[in-house]
Amino acid sequence: MDAFLLSRLQFALNISFHILFPTITMAMGWFLFYFKMRSNISGHPVWMRMYRFWVRVFALSFALGVVSGVTMSFQFGTNWPGFMEKVGNVAGPLLGYEVLTAFFLEATFLGIMLFGIRRVPNWLHTTSTLIVALGTTTSAFWILALNSWMQTPQGFEVVDGVVYATNWKEIIFNPSFPYRFVHMMLASGLTASFLIAGLSAYRMLKGDDKLAPKLALKTATYTAAVLIPLQIFAGDMHGLNTLEHQPQKVAAMEGLWETTEGAPLLLFAIPDEEGRENHFEIPIPYAASLILTHELKGEIKGLNEFKGEHPPVAPVFYGFRVMVGMGMLMLAVSWLGSIYLMRNRSFPVWLKRTFAGMAFSGWVATLAGWYVTEIGRQPYLVSGVLKTTDAVTQLPPSNIAISFTLYAVIYSGLLIAYIGTLMLMCRRAVEIEEITTEEREIAKAKMSPNNNPVTV
Amino acid sequence: MFEHVSPEMLGNIYVGLLGLSVLLYAILDGYDLGVGVLIPPRTEAFRDDMIASIGPYWDANETWLVLAVGLLLIAFPEAHSEVLQTLYLPATFMLLGLILRGVAFDFRAKVVQVNKRKWDLVFKYGSLLTTLAQGYMLGIYVTGLRTDLWAQAFAVLAALGVTAAYAFIGSCWLILKSEGELQQKAYYWAKRGLGILALGIVSVSIANLSLHEEVRDLWLSAPWGVMLFAIPVTCFALLTLCGVLLKKLPHSDGKGEWLPFFIALLVFLLCFTAFAISYYPFIIPGQMMISDALSDASSLRFLLVGVVVVVPVILAYTVMVYKIFSGKSEKLSYY
Repeated sequence: MDAFLLSRLQFALNISFHILFPTITMAMGWFLFYFKMRSNISGHPVWMRMYRFWVRVFALSFALGVVSGVTMSFQFGTNWPGFMEKVGNVAGPLLGYEVLTAFFLEATFLGIMLFGIRRVPNWLHTTSTLIVALGTTTSAFWILALNSWMQTPQGFEVVDGVVYATNWKEIIFNPSFPYRFVHMMLASGLTASFLIAGLSAYRMLKGDDKLAPKLALKTATYTAAVLIPLQIFAGDMHGLNTLEHQPQKVAAMEGLWETTEGAPLLLFAIPDEEGRENHFEIPIPYAASLILTHELKGEIKGLNEFKGEHPPVAPVFYGFRVMVGMGMLMLAVSWLGSIYLMRNRSFPVWLKRTFAGMAFSGWVATLAGWYVTEIGRQPYLVSGVLKTTDAVTQLPPSNIAISFTLYAVIYSGLLIAYIGTLMLMCRRAVEIEEITTEEREIAKAKMSPNNNPVTV
Repeated sequence: MFEHVSPEMLGNIYVGLLGLSVLLYAILDGYDLGVGVLIPPRTEAFRDDMIASIGPYWDANETWLVLAVGLLLIAFPEAHSEVLQTLYLPATFMLLGLILRGVAFDFRAKVVQVNKRKWDLVFKYGSLLTTLAQGYMLGIYVTGLRTDLWAQAFAVLAALGVTAAYAFIGSCWLILKSEGELQQKAYYWAKRGLGILALGIVSVSIANLSLHEEVRDLWLSAPWGVMLFAIPVTCFALLTLCGVLLKKLPHSDGKGEWLPFFIALLVFLLCFTAFAISYYPFIIPGQMMISDALSDASSLRFLLVGVVVVVPVILAYTVMVYKIFSGKSEKLSYY
């Protein structure tokens, strides 16, 4: 294998592993802020108990996100030196702003959020929770600005083969940025919702009949039920934006070889890049044109218009179907769950099992979506500006093979440990005493005469 | 904004910021890596308290490395790719060490007792792998990215020196944050670390003089050299003072427990200053000048706005967090 393929595999491995955790923490930060606010307003101890459980999940996910993120900042230079040489004048400051305005904020206030509850006044603890949530969102803002600029670059000029920034507003708010940012934040919301709902359902299956998991399941199910239609709408808008700026990506998503008026939507097919055709198509006539152009006979450009300049078709085509399929499943499950909740009926076992089984469904959809958009950008690293092959390192392939293998081994181990630990935390929570020592202290301090601890 | 700032000036500002980040990283992550290296592998005692002493800080401490590498990437991209491609494997090992210790910290608090010890060991050896790799990288970097046998030997020396320095500042941190038996143990570690550190500084300094002619000329020329020698002299006065303090402090009823850490901090600052004076205006010693590696001035001016506004805020809330968690560390009430 050559340095190019190995570097791509290594980068894909690293970013795929990394994105799993920010996808959780970005939205979970807001869930925690919500729990904390409910606790402040209602004073009911169950909200703080939920905060406690989920802040530990947050901390673990955050730590995995931080350490796997550090490796990314090294790889730009080690494996893709051409990237910074060519577009560093744009990418550099965006990354710089991310570190300055987000990373320090998150990492520092996380300390207060996790360990400071008895050391700082309650308002400062609440504010720290808010700041951490803002920090994770700010981080997403900058990195998605850069990613979107790589998809739809503008606001620059090229002098002697090097990109120079001319308009930062245009660079940051490039055409695909608003869509990608909304799409990703909603993806994070859904991932966190299904994780919270799934692990809560798992706790209940293991015999936990306290209020906390029930309330968490309810909050997360309703959140998912609201977010999923928004996500389908945002995803559709994002698709239209992609059709305008990166039609070759849409052609690959649709598996469309020839430019067609009234293109069908393929539910399934096996794209054959050699023969430039599909096998085993299951089409819905005119549907792709209808969705993408809002006309039955609308014209969609096919891949053959972009020969040699379009992405590998199969991964984009399949990735898109996995993402959409998962989205539909999320819609069905979260709405079904909401119907039970609105009727004040408890979930039957099969539904709890379904939720538990879908605890990590957000990861599948998010990864599939990222593969669609990132592989869909190929053969370019920065659309129309820099080809991926021109950015790669001259390092000996054996070195990259070593680092790739080590990363693969360690990341697999960590992923197993992460999921195993979350499940262990759930099982332990089943047996945990209902009122914590701290709550007893607070209750004692209040010394109300009929001091019956609320059973939760 | 900052249209009047010349590229030379920008180069100096950014290399200054880079230096600040590296120094803060070495001090801050230095002590928490040091605590990790000192984790006793066989005795269960101390581990919880040692890890509790760095609990609220390690994440933010590590962010200074991200900033340092980020600044190198943003302001001096050629140097970034040159340095990190040459040091590809040690950098990979450092990252793996950082990954392992970072997650071990969080996993240990959430798993069953039998697995806790495993994660503690992962924490210790991850920290050790990180400090050795960082020292080795520093060594090779100082030689101007040479890879011959002498450079390798120097890098191995630097690896041990940096590990000793981190272990020393880590034990000083523990003196400050702990009580009772653990504190006694920390005094013992600090005394041992001090000797090794002193030896390390002497050997690295001497070896350093043999590497670059310009550096040798600078340090051995009058009158500059004489003034510069104030740095190692102060450094050794401080280390001697620290040696005396470490003998007396255990009997002082808790007064002045912050002094060893403060001295360690000054020693780090002095070593860093000596290093900076030796190699300015190079971004890679003897190989690449700051001005040759600098990226586009207008992009750096754009980022400078953020730097001027945000860095003081970061420093302010960092100080705030250290104040909130000041005093002896408590058991991590990690919910």
